[in-house]
Amino acid sequence: MADAATLEAVSIDQAEGDFSYPEDYEHDAGYGLSEDTIDYISDIKKEAGWIREFRKKALKIFNDKPMPTHWASKDLESIKFQDIRYYLSKGQPTTRNWDEVPDDVKETFERLGIPEKERKYLAGVEAQFDSEAAYSNVKESLTKEGVIFVNSTEGLREHPEIFRKWFGKVIPTGDNKFSALNSAVFSGGSFIYVPPGVKVKHPLQAYFRINAENFGQFERTLIIVDEGAEVTYMEGCTAPKFETATLHSAVVELVAMKDAKIQYITVQNWSNNVFNLVTKRGMAHENAEIRWIDCNIGSRLTMKYPGVIMKGRKARGEVISIALANDGQHQDTGAKMIHAADDTTSNVVAKSISVGTGQSTYRGQVHIPKHLKGCKNNTECDALLINASSKTDTFPAITVKGNQHSTQHEASVSQVSEDQIFYMKQRGLSEAEAMSLSVNGFVNDLVREFPMEYSVELKRLIDMEMEDSVG
Amino acid sequence: MSDSLNIQNLHASVENTEILKGLTLEIPKGEVHAIMGPNGSGKSTLAKVLAGHEDYEVTEGTATMDGQDLFDLEIDARSRAGFFLAFQYPNEIPGVSNANFLRAARQARLPKGEEIDAVAFYKEMYAKMDELGMDRKFTGRSVNDGFSGGEKKRNEILQMMVLEPKYAVLDETDSGLDIDALKIVAQGVNAMRSPDRGFVVITHYQRLLDYIVPDVVHVMHDGRIVKTGGKDLALELEEKGYDWITEELVAA
Repeated sequence: MADAATLEAVSIDQAEGDFSYPEDYEHDAGYGLSEDTIDYISDIKKEAGWIREFRKKALKIFNDKPMPTHWASKDLESIKFQDIRYYLSKGQPTTRNWDEVPDDVKETFERLGIPEKERKYLAGVEAQFDSEAAYSNVKESLTKEGVIFVNSTEGLREHPEIFRKWFGKVIPTGDNKFSALNSAVFSGGSFIYVPPGVKVKHPLQAYFRINAENFGQFERTLIIVDEGAEVTYMEGCTAPKFETATLHSAVVELVAMKDAKIQYITVQNWSNNVFNLVTKRGMAHENAEIRWIDCNIGSRLTMKYPGVIMKGRKARGEVISIALANDGQHQDTGAKMIHAADDTTSNVVAKSISVGTGQSTYRGQVHIPKHLKGCKNNTECDALLINASSKTDTFPAITVKGNQHSTQHEASVSQVSEDQIFYMKQRGLSEAEAMSLSVNGFVNDLVREFPMEYSVELKRLIDMEMEDSVG
Repeated sequence: MSDSLNIQNLHASVENTEILKGLTLEIPKGEVHAIMGPNGSGKSTLAKVLAGHEDYEVTEGTATMDGQDLFDLEIDARSRAGFFLAFQYPNEIPGVSNANFLRAARQARLPKGEEIDAVAFYKEMYAKMDELGMDRKFTGRSVNDGFSGGEKKRNEILQMMVLEPKYAVLDETDSGLDIDALKIVAQGVNAMRSPDRGFVVITHYQRLLDYIVPDVVHVMHDGRIVKTGGKDLALELEEKGYDWITEELVAA
């Protein structure tokens, strides 16, 4: 069990995001989920008929699908779907000007440093507060080049000719119970289109904030990068620490056309009452590249397996994943690599750290069918255990048919050795400093994959997690 | 009494087996003492007990550093108070660069809230690396990860030079070194000899003492210091082996 010091370390972690403002919502769908909930959301958004139908169909699929507890954590059963509110918003339109954002929402994002980061190094920002984006802006030069960066409601309403074609195509509604739930009640998230040949130099960033208790956030993101274009998208997320369970269930679809490149970076730091059940998948056409760079530090239970369908010849897919499971947390993460064309290449590097009673699970699926040739996969997963009570599991499923492919799989489990800690302490470092250095060293090669600003932040988060977590 | 590393009647055991059996030794500041002895005499145990390794239990006796009780301090506090151990088998820390590790160790010695002067630190580290003939690329490599035996030992000496301890124990630093590496390591130690610093050089062989000339040589056997002499004692041991001491003890 967790000792007091460890519990303290866990709470330190979310301290920065652990604040909330009193609830003051114009629109509240109320508790529970039914067709009425969907009509309520659709009415507010003034949605086209096909979207309302799409949602209702999804609700039926969600209700029909059992919980995947035959393979996943039984903890999923603690989610009480009828005790959750599915839509909360202030009823104000998304603005391009921070001064027009309601005070409490603006203060929230200022405390999280978003406007400052925007000024310093971002090409565009979307800031979502509970169900809707409060702020969304993209540099004018990008708008002139035809880059679209809007929330999902606006994307479907203003640009259906671009987004409808791919919406729900990379991840079908019935992919899993939670993709169906998202399809029923989605709100917010980013819709991005980058025209052919446009290389967006600076990252676009989305920040997802949950403010209310007993609430579910269901953002929907669709990024389409046209031929030869490139974009980097980063998302961050926090929530205050409530006693009750909060649900976050996103669907993220990426489409990289011929020769396009997408890099999608996540730093997930939800408070540890949040169930984070997210479906993320990209489709890479000929010679396109999709990279998921994923870091999970927060939440109570995360289930997330970013995937790439390599649909065109020479397409490339990559997942770089860091997970840190502290006391009471379960990081169930991994990757899905579906090879669907010749000469496609995928790479998965996953590292997890389990502290105290923390549990990390790696699930990886690699699929290379018989009729293809020249496909390559490399999978490495390494787990680091800090305490005797820490847990890790690895479930790699690599299906390779045919003999014209090359695959490589390496897995390791290691423990921070007492002698290593003794050595560092003999040089004057405290136990926590020594632990922190060890853990940072373990993930160092992956942290380098994150942009500088994020790698500094990651190192700081890991330091805080390790502080006093060794008792 | 005060300006020395003073060990009195030290008893220590591991898993209920007594290894140190009443060891007494005093190293005044400014002196270099060598401890020699056959394998299994407890030399490395002494080094680890002084550093505070948790596998060893001190059952009796005292150890003080300039009057301060070493056993009152945690492992890291002992280090910060000025006690340094050059490990016989230095550990590897994958992913942590030498520069970052040394910097963290130096940072740990500053008062809370005070930030290390990075520019000055690098300048100093480079100067000390030059003294040891270490390539600049070394700063970016992970601590001891993939190092040869010689590189590891040289790294121990660099750490000692950067941390500037009051007392340093070198545990078989010569093992695994060729003669060139041995000379460089000895040069580093000799450069640090000063009236303000004491050294304990633990070695199995006399060879190292050709390059680090000790003020006093002790012979350890079965958890105790059984003979003490000048630097000539090392030569005598080299010539006659350890058996005559054991025999002398039995005879007495």
